[in-house]
Amino acid sequence: MSDMTLICRCEDLTEEEIEQAIDEGYTTLEELKCRLRLGMGPCQGRSCLNLVRRILCRKTNKSTEEITMPPSRPPVVPVSLGTLASDDK
Amino acid sequence: MIEIDKKADVVIIGGGVNGCSLAYQLAKKGKKVVLCERNYLCSGATGRCGAGIRQQWSTKENAELSIKSIKIFEGLEKELGSEIGLRQGGYLIIVHDKKDMIQAEKNVKMEKELGLEVSILKPEQITNVVPILDIKGMNAIGATFCPTDGHVDPFKTTHAYAKAAEKQGAKLYKFTSVIDIKTKNKKIDSVITDKGKIKTNIVINAAGAWSKQIAEKINVKLPNKPFRKEILVTERVRPVFRAMVISFKDGIYFSQQEEGQILGGIPIPNERPGYLTNPTFDFLSHMSKTLTRYAPILKYVNVIRQWTGYYDVTPDARPILGEVEELKGFIQCNGFSGHGFMLSPMVTKILTEYIADGKSSDILERLNINRFKGKKIVHETSVVG
Repeated sequence: MSDMTLICRCEDLTEEEIEQAIDEGYTTLEELKCRLRLGMGPCQGRSCLNLVRRILCRKTNKSTEEITMPPSRPPVVPVSLGTLASDDK
Repeated sequence: MIEIDKKADVVIIGGGVNGCSLAYQLAKKGKKVVLCERNYLCSGATGRCGAGIRQQWSTKENAELSIKSIKIFEGLEKELGSEIGLRQGGYLIIVHDKKDMIQAEKNVKMEKELGLEVSILKPEQITNVVPILDIKGMNAIGATFCPTDGHVDPFKTTHAYAKAAEKQGAKLYKFTSVIDIKTKNKKIDSVITDKGKIKTNIVINAAGAWSKQIAEKINVKLPNKPFRKEILVTERVRPVFRAMVISFKDGIYFSQQEEGQILGGIPIPNERPGYLTNPTFDFLSHMSKTLTRYAPILKYVNVIRQWTGYYDVTPDARPILGEVEELKGFIQCNGFSGHGFMLSPMVTKILTEYIADGKSSDILERLNINRFKGKKIVHETSVVG
């Protein structure tokens, strides 16, 4: 993969930027979220978090089981404020 | 396993904005500082907060602390050498009835005496500040507005402090839990962590909603209670307003971030204290109903995420600062009741001066824990979320 490989499409983060943050000491997915807004866009990390988990494994010599995924935040898919505000069941 | 430092002048418990700021300032004054954070930096209330900074309050202590805090925020990027994401778009506080207005006028008078630029707006002036608001929907009879209030990025700020602290020689240990605190002759003696023992005479309790549990380890009773608070964020839309909109009556606050997302919260009716972390549909429903009543156009905007955090609430909604009378060297920096991030610059400055220079101040004495001992307390009424 090249340095320009896009990992988080919502927040426009490249592999290089993620690796740099890991080198700076942000070595958990939660910390990378805080540092880079990784996985905080509309897709909520669906594609990027798994990719970054593998980058973290490689960089920190850990197995995938040792890398904790951040908690999933509701809603599962984006829902409009209008829909949420209506009482229609 | 990492070997922890065996000795320190000061041990700070909690790696939120207050802990990291204290680490930086104390290290700069030549103190040997060790900070212990059980999780990652800003994993607690700091990293979950609404990120607003305001100077409009009902109590003079909070107004004074926050006016001076914003002055510090204004120069912080330069001092720390990293970005903190300061944006001063103002706070618009909606006033709903005559009783509200009397309090608002009182607050504005007090704030003006402290030199703050703040004004009372007529209903028709409100949409000059935030065009998408519905005056009728909000039941607004006016508002107060302070243009120098605003927003700072909690992640960037905490990381900026942490980096600067390490540069000054402070040691920050994340994923490190405090198991016990030992005392000798009514003085702090050492802190026991899961990575070893640190000998010290000063401990700062900056553990947010868990400060009460830290204090219990050495039989100091704090009146603080943890309250779950919820917050949501929408997708990014074109930037249309810069001010934070809040209402003490409805408890709502919301703002549009630099990148376009709308972020805000509101208390869930009848919430009880406790360590609950799950987000609720009650919040989502209550928040979206109130938010679309305030700004109907937002009904087309999608919510992408909701999360929770804690307010560390004291009986008067004001922080607990300074040394505990019965235990020398045990310093409180907690009980912020939802305002820890915005008050942090000044609070940590005052505490640093006390610890490093032995200098007390009027405000530090007024916010000491002994104010709860049999005296009448003055409640901060300007609270949202």
